[in-house]
Amino acid sequence: MPVSTGPAGPGTAEPGSGLTDQLKAGLDAPICLTWEITYGCNLACIHCLSSSGRRDRRELTTSEAQAVIDELHDLQVFYVNIGGGEPTIRSDFYDLVDYAVGRGVGVKFSTNGSTITGERARRLAGADYVDVQISIDGADAATNDAVRGEGSYAVARRAMDHLADAGFGPFKISVVVTRQNTGQLDAFEALAAAYGAQLRLTRLRPSGRGADSWARLHPTQAQQVDLYHWLLDRPDVLTGDSFFHLSALGEALPGLNLCGAGRVVCLIDPIGDVYACPFVLHPEFRAGSVRDPGGFARVWRQSELFLELRQPASAGACASCGSYDACQGGCMAAKFFTGLPLDGPDPECVKGLGEVLLGQRAGTAPSPGPGHSVPVRLRSRLRDSTR
Amino acid sequence: MAPMNNPENAVALPLTTEPDADSDELVAEDLLVEEISIDGMCGVY
Amino acid sequence: MTEFTGGFDASARYRLDPQVALRPEPFGALAYHYGSRRLTFLRSARLAEMVRDLEHHDSVQAAVNASVPEVQRPAYLRALASLADSRFIRAC
Repeated sequence: MPVSTGPAGPGTAEPGSGLTDQLKAGLDAPICLTWEITYGCNLACIHCLSSSGRRDRRELTTSEAQAVIDELHDLQVFYVNIGGGEPTIRSDFYDLVDYAVGRGVGVKFSTNGSTITGERARRLAGADYVDVQISIDGADAATNDAVRGEGSYAVARRAMDHLADAGFGPFKISVVVTRQNTGQLDAFEALAAAYGAQLRLTRLRPSGRGADSWARLHPTQAQQVDLYHWLLDRPDVLTGDSFFHLSALGEALPGLNLCGAGRVVCLIDPIGDVYACPFVLHPEFRAGSVRDPGGFARVWRQSELFLELRQPASAGACASCGSYDACQGGCMAAKFFTGLPLDGPDPECVKGLGEVLLGQRAGTAPSPGPGHSVPVRLRSRLRDSTR
Repeated sequence: MAPMNNPENAVALPLTTEPDADSDELVAEDLLVEEISIDGMCGVY
Repeated sequence: MTEFTGGFDASARYRLDPQVALRPEPFGALAYHYGSRRLTFLRSARLAEMVRDLEHHDSVQAAVNASVPEVQRPAYLRALASLADSRFIRAC
């Protein structure tokens, strides 16, 4: 069983080994989790991890969604990260947010900004325990819109302006790092600073629609090294522990540096299916459904998949590599959707070992499935009576 | 608050005159409290 | 044996901040501050219990003395000072 690199002292970024081991073994309830509440989206980002667009008619009803929130309350899940698709297209979205907060579950939601009007921003500014994250993938319209669609940058910026004007306070700007935008990290940092917002950079996985675009979008090895050093110098930039595979380059990046899927966090999808994380929306990583007897709690505590994930991992092909302790073989989603074995190197292994393997195994990646592509059209008159 | 801990996971300790379950923890006292940077945990977007 | 760490005064009465949720775990407890969004891991069930009952003692020192043998008290006081520093506990 991999052992972390040592106990933490005060002021260091690395957690004590006891904590890491406890978390890898799984908690009785998630600390937080991601909840995609709809596959519907008005955009069609080329790398969408959930292949969103069209709503699924099997979506959880409002009352089923409230039952999920009740369970999260009972489990003492501290907060829920709501996304989609574009979560705000659900007409009950803000009611569900209120319901969650009312039940003591904090809400952080991720949006492309299309529905963050001035009025909505003012209402959000008055809400306690609700955090907002706006997604962009470029520091200018050209770079961003190439991934997220024409006009999407302007929409996102407008939402940010509204939040700032409304005195919302620090919101998050979330960026998926790509080959095309790694040169814009300083610009992202400046943008966040200008708004008093927090910058979040996350890793592109070959998941959902990302399977098709990953080969040309994912950063090069050289870019990864630069990214690593950039992040090391900026411990305030959030990463969602996305880049722990880069810790093999040297000093560990701040954060837990471990995969929390099925151990600390998980995903609930729009139709109530529970997966290990948002990047593995595939039957192989489906743990169960909130609609099953015993609900979410039973899936979290007793599903075969999650119990298996909580077992000590085998280093497999990485056993002889001196960096395994630091990178732990990287991201299972990245490996799975590039057709690599889970007990071996990450496709973006900093030593290039994943690349070698990819070359040998061309054409073996599993299909991400058809997804829910074909974006919905937002009604011109949004269903928001307070406008 | 309903306790979440599973009794089967509790560590059995030898009996001493002082009922002190935490003696092992105290070698490096900074470990008694540890902040976790989980904001934006992996798998969360 | 009072320790001062910044503004922390172990001779004062403190209590768990009402915005903090304390969730027991096999290894102690997780504490989440809903206001600051900070998450802390308490590695001792005894510490978690102490934090929960803190306001029922006249002072932090009294709370520590009541449940912890002398040799461990400095460590517990340091832990409580750290919790005060991140506003998980506050002076009443």
